[in-house]
Formats: sequence, structure tokens, C-alpha cells
Amino acid sequence: MKRRTFLKGTVAGGMIGVAASAGLLTPRMVLAAWPKSAFDAKSVDDAMDALLGSTSAANSSDIKIKAPDIAENGAVVPITVSTSMPAESISVLIEKNPSPLACSFALGDHTIGFVSTRVKMGKTSDLIAVVKSGGKLFSAKKTVKVTIGGCGG
Amino acid sequence: MAKKKIRIRAKLKGDVAEVKTLMSHPMETGLRKNKKTGEKIPAHFIQEVICEHKGNKVLVASWGVAVSKNPYLSFKFKGGAKGDKIKVSWTDNKGESASAEASIG
Repeated sequence: MKRRTFLKGTVAGGMIGVAASAGLLTPRMVLAAWPKSAFDAKSVDDAMDALLGSTSAANSSDIKIKAPDIAENGAVVPITVSTSMPAESISVLIEKNPSPLACSFALGDHTIGFVSTRVKMGKTSDLIAVVKSGGKLFSAKKTVKVTIGGCGG
Repeated sequence: MAKKKIRIRAKLKGDVAEVKTLMSHPMETGLRKNKKTGEKIPAHFIQEVICEHKGNKVLVASWGVAVSKNPYLSFKFKGGAKGDKIKVSWTDNKGESASAEASIG
């Protein structure tokens, strides 16, 4: 398994290198909307401030995070965030990751407060789900223990 | 390079449509190192995923590098009917993109 990922990484890395040196790549130009500063932020507070414009979120029991208590493989941690609030957006932050903001979802009018995905976790950390509803922020936390990290190295 | 594939499965349960998608993408963080050369493997990840139902945006996801390789995404929405088209498209940090359509079953 390790060898396979490693080999794949080598090939892909090589090709990207060639393309980059040829000046073929202009990353980040296309997506003006992608909140780069929020994803680059190194702390939960900075990320929340950059993404949502505030760091204060009220704890809410109305947000449910479904994630394993112990993740054997930090590279693939399944998480589901659900809420019965009329949510405008749902964001997921992982406190101890190099960049805490993992993903953020903007929900349409008819979309139910429910998202499920899989994330990487470098080590044991709190998962923080932030829901924006009616212009206010609400959050919930869950600790996930990671036995093997997902960020390589 | 990796094949650009999106698998979508959409199902109607009562008045709620549940959509599950699976995308093929390396989701490289930019933090991993090539163990032989010690060079960093450049980041390569999906930044934005747009899910549409009959042309209306149902869900817009902004992703960072912490989303797992070959990402899975599931969401639910109201107002869908059998046979309605669901479109999912993504764009990554290198400007590559892919999209796929499926109908609610």
C-alpha cells in the first residue's frame, strides 16, 4: 500500500514539475471565489475570521457531527454534519491540522442541513463544525483519535 | 494523469432527494515529500464543487487540501422529482475541471 502511493506520487510529482517549469500553470487565477486566505490560515480563529468574518460561534446541540471516535487511518475519516437549522453554510475545521479549514459548503434554499464527506487528519484533534444560520454562527465539536496520521511525512 | 471521473447516485426518499457523489482526484496536499529526492510534491486538489439541480445551485463546496483522496460528497435537498437532472462539476487548483450529470432515481 505504502509503496503504491509512493510510486504514484513520484510519477504525478514529476509531471507537475515539467508542466510548471514550462509555464503552463497559472493556478488560483481562475477561482476568485475560493477563499484562499481562509484555507491558508494556520489557526481555527484565523480561518473562521477569514471565512465567516467572526470567531465567535455559539455552541449548539442542534448540530450533529457523525465521525468515528477512533480513526485507524487519518487519511480517510468519514464525517457527516447535520443540523435541523435552516443553514446557509456548513464549514468543517480540524483544529490540529496544518491548515485547520478542511471544507466549507454553501447551501441553497432547498438544501437540507446535511453534508457528508471524508477528510484527512494529521493527528488526534477536535473536529469543529460551524453552521451559519440566520446570519449567526453556531458550532459543535467532536474529538477524533487518530492512530495513523493522514498527512504523510 | 488521473482519469477525471465523477460518479453520482441520486435517490428520492419521500420529498427529499439524497445525492451521493464520488470523484477521482489525487487531492495532493503539497506537504508530502518525495522520499527519494526530498522534494515536495506540489499541491493538487479540488477547490470548488458545484452541485446543480435543474440549473439551480443546490450546494457549492469549497475544499482545502484536507479533503481525502478520491473525495466523497453526499447531501440532501427538497424539491427534487424523479427524473430530474443533477449536475456535479469541480475545478481544482490547477484549473482543471470535470463535470457529470445523473438523474434522480
